[in-house]
Amino acid sequence: MTDVLVRIESLHKRFASNHVLRGINLEVSRGEVVCIIGPSGSGKSTLLRCVNMLETPTEGKVFVDGVELTDPDCDLDRARTSTGMVFQSFNLFAHMSVLDNVTIALRKVLKQDRATAEEKAKKLLARVGLAEKASAFPAQLSGGQQQRVAIARALAMEPKVMLFDEATSALDPELVGDVLRVMRELAEEGMTMLVVTHEMDFARGVADRVVFMDGGVVVEDGHPDQVIGNPREERTKQFLANVRQRD
Amino acid sequence: MSLSRRQRLRLVRGGVYAATVVALVLILLAVDWGALGGALFKWEIVRDQFPDILTNALRNTVIFTIFGFIGGLSLGLLLAIMRLSSVKPYRWFAATYIEVLRGIPLLVTLLILGFGIPIATGWQWPNPYIQGSVPLALVAGAYIAETVRAGIEAVPRGQMEAARSLGMSYTRAMATIIIPQAFRIIVPPLTNEFVLLIKDTSLISVLGVTASTLDLARFGRNGVNDTANATPLVVAGLVYLALTIPLTQLAAWMERRSKAGRR
Repeated sequence: MTDVLVRIESLHKRFASNHVLRGINLEVSRGEVVCIIGPSGSGKSTLLRCVNMLETPTEGKVFVDGVELTDPDCDLDRARTSTGMVFQSFNLFAHMSVLDNVTIALRKVLKQDRATAEEKAKKLLARVGLAEKASAFPAQLSGGQQQRVAIARALAMEPKVMLFDEATSALDPELVGDVLRVMRELAEEGMTMLVVTHEMDFARGVADRVVFMDGGVVVEDGHPDQVIGNPREERTKQFLANVRQRD
Repeated sequence: MSLSRRQRLRLVRGGVYAATVVALVLILLAVDWGALGGALFKWEIVRDQFPDILTNALRNTVIFTIFGFIGGLSLGLLLAIMRLSSVKPYRWFAATYIEVLRGIPLLVTLLILGFGIPIATGWQWPNPYIQGSVPLALVAGAYIAETVRAGIEAVPRGQMEAARSLGMSYTRAMATIIIPQAFRIIVPPLTNEFVLLIKDTSLISVLGVTASTLDLARFGRNGVNDTANATPLVVAGLVYLALTIPLTQLAAWMERRSKAGRR
């Protein structure tokens, strides 16, 4: 039996009359890298945001490491420390230095003292290749650098699973590589990752599993070579054909 | 007669300039400058205003302003947070408070709170500074609340989401991430609120003040009574300008700088 870290059970999400997620079932094992692909509006970002309850599901259950986040009695602030999230628009805290961005949650949520937090933050910044930018402010960095700081910030909390919400979609093409490299290294180190992405090469090269979503449901779920290389479903074929045409 | 559009425009503009110059010259010639100067800016009287106007009147105006601003800012922050709360009664209370206090002239609020409450309850204000500053703060709070709310709403939504995703509670995220950024955004409008407050303190004198607690406006008015000359009011006006102009310029400068910074 595999060690299931994230379990999503018959998840539904409605925004007013818009039924975005229509019964999602998904499991992610510890150490597994799962890429979610699909056309825009298919609900993949909403699904990811339901995993750490930034969106409250209308129906269904979400478990992370055995804790049910959809339980009304769940301490969400605490539960969220085990899920790190990286956003499309980086969302670095604009009024803080890079170092403070990485240490703020360590200090304010985990109550670590500044010296301990900064030591850890510096290691993480070195790991994403930005040790020399510790005292810079987000506005002084390129998009790719900001996103790598955002990854370091999420990693600082030592999450059990990392959620990437189109982490490279807002980047200039020449900056995408640096961010993907950091994500690839993270995957190789055994981090559990749930990655919403349009980068088919990344999905194919790094993911253990690829999930294709369309219209709020999981259409296809399997090994990358199968889902991307040899899709069974017509909708998947159609989507991949459109993506290739664009490239 | 056929004039091009540009020629016609030039002709009209020249006419306006000429008429303005003529009007100014006529005014300069018609006014009795000696009499005017004697009534509005008589040197001996100007001299007599000092140092009292600074050590007493200006001091009191500054005290009223600072108490009013600190109180108004704290209240405004609280009201803004209530206004954005997910708890409906909080939202209703804040919205009603803001509507009511902004809808009544400050003069009326001052009179109701300063005189009405003691008459109705028998309770007395402990001292004139509190009697003047508290109503001022209560009204300033309503205005500042809307400024702070606009500032909080101007902070991108992703900032809150990032903070929550790191495990911060709503309150913690507000205090460490959202409100510090909101304040950066609202420093210029807040400076303008401060300038309005400086001028609004002039209404406090309707509550009746002792010699030691009179503000700049009342000081000027008393001076007019004492000297049968308008000079004290003009001097008071100049002291107000010495306070307000640097602040409005500062606000304008900060606004320009923050616009340049965002580019």
